[in-house]
Amino acid sequence: MSFFGGAWTVAAKDLRSEWRTKESLNAAVSFALVILLLFSFAFDPDSEQTREFSGGLLWLVFAFAGTMILNRSFAREIPNDCLDALVASPVSGAALFAGKAVASFLLLMAVELIALPVFGLFYNVRWGRQWALLLLVVVLATWAMTVIGTMFSALTVNLRLRELMLPVLVYPMMIPALMAAMQLTTVLIAGEAIAGDNLIWLRLLVGFDIIFTALGLGLVETVLVG
Amino acid sequence: MPSTVAVDGVWKYFGDFPALRDIRMEAQPGSCVALLGRNGAGKTTLLRILAGLSQASRGQVRVLGEDVRHEPARRRIGMLGHGIGVYDELSAVENLTLFGKLYGLAQPRRAALEWLTRTGLEPVRDSLVREFSRGMRQRLAVARVFLHAPEVLLLDEPFTSLDDRAIALLQQLLREAAGGGCTVILSTHQLREALELATHVSLLHRGSLSYSGERTAQMLADPGWLYRSYGDPG
Repeated sequence: MSFFGGAWTVAAKDLRSEWRTKESLNAAVSFALVILLLFSFAFDPDSEQTREFSGGLLWLVFAFAGTMILNRSFAREIPNDCLDALVASPVSGAALFAGKAVASFLLLMAVELIALPVFGLFYNVRWGRQWALLLLVVVLATWAMTVIGTMFSALTVNLRLRELMLPVLVYPMMIPALMAAMQLTTVLIAGEAIAGDNLIWLRLLVGFDIIFTALGLGLVETVLVG
Repeated sequence: MPSTVAVDGVWKYFGDFPALRDIRMEAQPGSCVALLGRNGAGKTTLLRILAGLSQASRGQVRVLGEDVRHEPARRRIGMLGHGIGVYDELSAVENLTLFGKLYGLAQPRRAALEWLTRTGLEPVRDSLVREFSRGMRQRLAVARVFLHAPEVLLLDEPFTSLDDRAIALLQQLLREAAGGGCTVILSTHQLREALELATHVSLLHRGSLSYSGERTAQMLADPGWLYRSYGDPG
């Protein structure tokens, strides 16, 4: 089976399983909406100060909600020792990793696309003409969170405290990507263009995605088989 | 005749503890090897290495002449471990179709339906596995393992928790597979069922291979003889 065929088969299986149970999707959407609602009570959404950190707030919510999705990525394979059946199959570790990452990415994007309009409503954000660029930033940063999270989900799948260990390991690794996403989102929400000094953050996101995707694809076989 | 499974000087350490010590064994096409041993002898560890689920610390394993982690080798191996390896939230036919696709079958759904019929699960093909009884789940696991017509079958305690009907089905499938040239290696504590099927026996004792050879009539007549002679009699 080709790399892409194997990856898509694994991704489709994960999406179908999640659609049937909605275990992580319901939890992540509810969490994101509740946190956005609580923060809108805690801070004055109309103040200039709140606008300045709204990008950071948004990405913290996405990062926390994201771990709920990413925790399930490989943990889904634990019942009935399904991970052994997958690893023993002819699908390469890289295809398995890619499939898992694509499924988590699509689930995380679904959570974010539900949360974004709610965020806009609570914080009086006018997306204006920046929505296409914002979508690009969301896609790049979500992929960054997904590849890191999927890799560490594979690494922690056999740990008893994996729900605790995943965020502890993943958040420090995500810092560069999250910083870039926060900066760019704040700029875009303020209606400014991504240019000059801000371009470096966009380049960082792209570089982060390429490097960690390559690392994930290359290292997952060692992580799974030893 | 070339060996389908060749294990050459395999050691496996967990920390400082050697779970397997210098294992050397071979299996020929059409042979059925009963891998015996007490709990902790290293049977599961050896089968996991043969299936490519774990790496040997030292030594080499070749399956059908290839490194077991190479895709062509894995395509020709069927592995049934302690878990059934099927998804609770998918239906029986979805599970088998999934594995049919992963193993690159030309018509995965058709193969899935054939094996559901053979294992008596056709009437519940669209039911979710989480609604299945333990016996039905085991039969689905058996169908998953045979689905892609493997040339090497690795089975870890395959008779555990099977009812008499499922045991008979599995024995029949294993006989047919071995008759067709498939190499079967199965670990079990159920000596009588295993020895009835086996052409060869390998006994692991504390990580070492203490006996490896053909299954004899004496073993069939007195299944405990092997443990008394080559293993821990307790």
